[in-house]
Amino acid sequence: MGSIKLKKVQKKFGDVEVIPPLDLEINDGEFVVFVGPSGCGKSTLLRLIAGLEDTTSGLIEINGADATDAPPATRGLAMVFQSYALYPHMSVRKNIAFPMRMAKMSKEEQNKRIESAAVALNLTDYLDRKPGQLSGGQRQRVAIGRAIVREPAAFLFDEPLSNLDAALRVGMRIEILELHKKLNTTMVYVTHDQVEAMTMADKIVVLQAGVIEQVGSPLELYRTPRNKFVASFIGSPKMNFLDGTEASKHGAETIGIRSEHIEVSTTDGLWQGTVGVAEHLGSDTFIHVHGISGCDPITVRTSGDVAVRHGDSVFLSPNDAMIHKFNKQGQRIL
Amino acid sequence: MARAVSKRTKLLNTAVAGTLGFLLFFPILWIIVLSFKTEEDAIRAPMEVLFNSGWTMDTFSTVQARSDYLKHFTNSVIISLGSTSLGLLIAIPAAWSMAFVPSKQTKNILMWMLSTKMLPPVGVLVPIYLLFRDFNLLDTRIGLTMVLTLINLPIIVWMLYTYFKEIPSEILEAARMDGATLRDEILYVLTPMAIPGMASTALLNIILSWNEAFWTINLTAASAAPLTAFITSYSSPEGLFYAKLSAASIMAIAPILIMGWFSQKQLVRGLTFGAVK
Repeated sequence: MGSIKLKKVQKKFGDVEVIPPLDLEINDGEFVVFVGPSGCGKSTLLRLIAGLEDTTSGLIEINGADATDAPPATRGLAMVFQSYALYPHMSVRKNIAFPMRMAKMSKEEQNKRIESAAVALNLTDYLDRKPGQLSGGQRQRVAIGRAIVREPAAFLFDEPLSNLDAALRVGMRIEILELHKKLNTTMVYVTHDQVEAMTMADKIVVLQAGVIEQVGSPLELYRTPRNKFVASFIGSPKMNFLDGTEASKHGAETIGIRSEHIEVSTTDGLWQGTVGVAEHLGSDTFIHVHGISGCDPITVRTSGDVAVRHGDSVFLSPNDAMIHKFNKQGQRIL
Repeated sequence: MARAVSKRTKLLNTAVAGTLGFLLFFPILWIIVLSFKTEEDAIRAPMEVLFNSGWTMDTFSTVQARSDYLKHFTNSVIISLGSTSLGLLIAIPAAWSMAFVPSKQTKNILMWMLSTKMLPPVGVLVPIYLLFRDFNLLDTRIGLTMVLTLINLPIIVWMLYTYFKEIPSEILEAARMDGATLRDEILYVLTPMAIPGMASTALLNIILSWNEAFWTINLTAASAAPLTAFITSYSSPEGLFYAKLSAASIMAIAPILIMGWFSQKQLVRGLTFGAVK
């Protein structure tokens, strides 16, 4: 069991309100990702759930019980930090054993859990090493191991992959997902990387300045963003936004269109522009087209075999059904 | 890229450094030489001292016979170890709270503590002397231990504070998440990580207390006098006893020099800790 409920939770540092009162429900077994630009309050929110920060007002319920004022240790949650936060003077074995030692668990049980965590995380050969002798990926696995052995109600991850290089990050992402499938435990994951959010989450919570902009499944957010912020934050490359006459044609202040919903042609189309840069990724090509009123440049995603070059004149036709409309306040309109 | 250094430059540098080192070391070397001479030989011209006089161990036995070395040595040990332990006992919780639960005044308190070290000690000699007299602390080891503790406390707090600051707070938070109480956190996480820092703080403080001469000379007479007072007793107004003074000095600095030699690595690491990662 691992459900978490936030009711009107607010956090102020002095006079600065970092999180205005917000409500959020995290169901048992869900993989929830908090995503947003840096400084949006996502880490603070996680630390409030963990109990490392005190709420200014509001209620935090874990498994239906009020945990607002409970110390971190009694909340039954385990946390994995960005900097790994391993105990440098202890061996890997002792690091993993630490929470069990604090819980005064029997030695046999401790060893059993250490062994199974080590097998699951490929750490068997490293148990007697110190954290300083491990690579970044291994350290992160030790941190996860230390979290697993507690058999927590939920795992909290605070940007756990930011310190790893790109290749390792993809590998660890998959490992964490597999772990989630295996353990079926609630996971709350904080990241500023929308790709991580899209690929990992059952449910994404998009935050900006402490306010929840939208909560939903990755595809829900991608297909029906509630406002311009979510639309621009989710998806890579970013959604193209057009103002002015193009937008008013659709009865909106701004319209948005994703790069894959625009057709490119060298002969005819709705908008005409010039190719600035064409990024050839092999499978896809991203073309940045300049010279279209209301948006500069427009990014278009085409298949890898479209041969356009810098300076070519091209025509673009958006798929009308896929146009997102926003009003003056940046809210979605139907 | 390493800078290329020619053989000649290297040789020149070595020669300059060697000469400078020798010049700095010379007074101590001369004390060692004089301590093995008789009083008559010790006041002769330097060349004569070196090449035209005999060597003897008598001075050491005279010094030992005249003033009980072991008693002063014991006093020095008790005072320096005592003031260091007492200082650490007070400073560890103080530095802990300043490093991990700082308030708006923390920086000011630290600066204020350091500012007390800028005061010339002689400025407070009279009040402290009177206090000592009234509380019957003059010429007692407990009195000296207290005074040296208080004098070195700012340095101990500062050093420990910088060491504690180096410990990432995320590690302590991880311990808290792992179910550690405050006691567990300090005992199993903070202390083991801070031990190198605490050790070098302790070492430095032992050396400072061992060498402290102002208070130890002014507040003692006989029974609590440490080795600093023992040396001073050989520079008397009736005349200079170079050989005995030298022998006494050697006997006083030898223990701390040996300790310093063995703990060199720890000391240097401690003093430069945090400067480079």
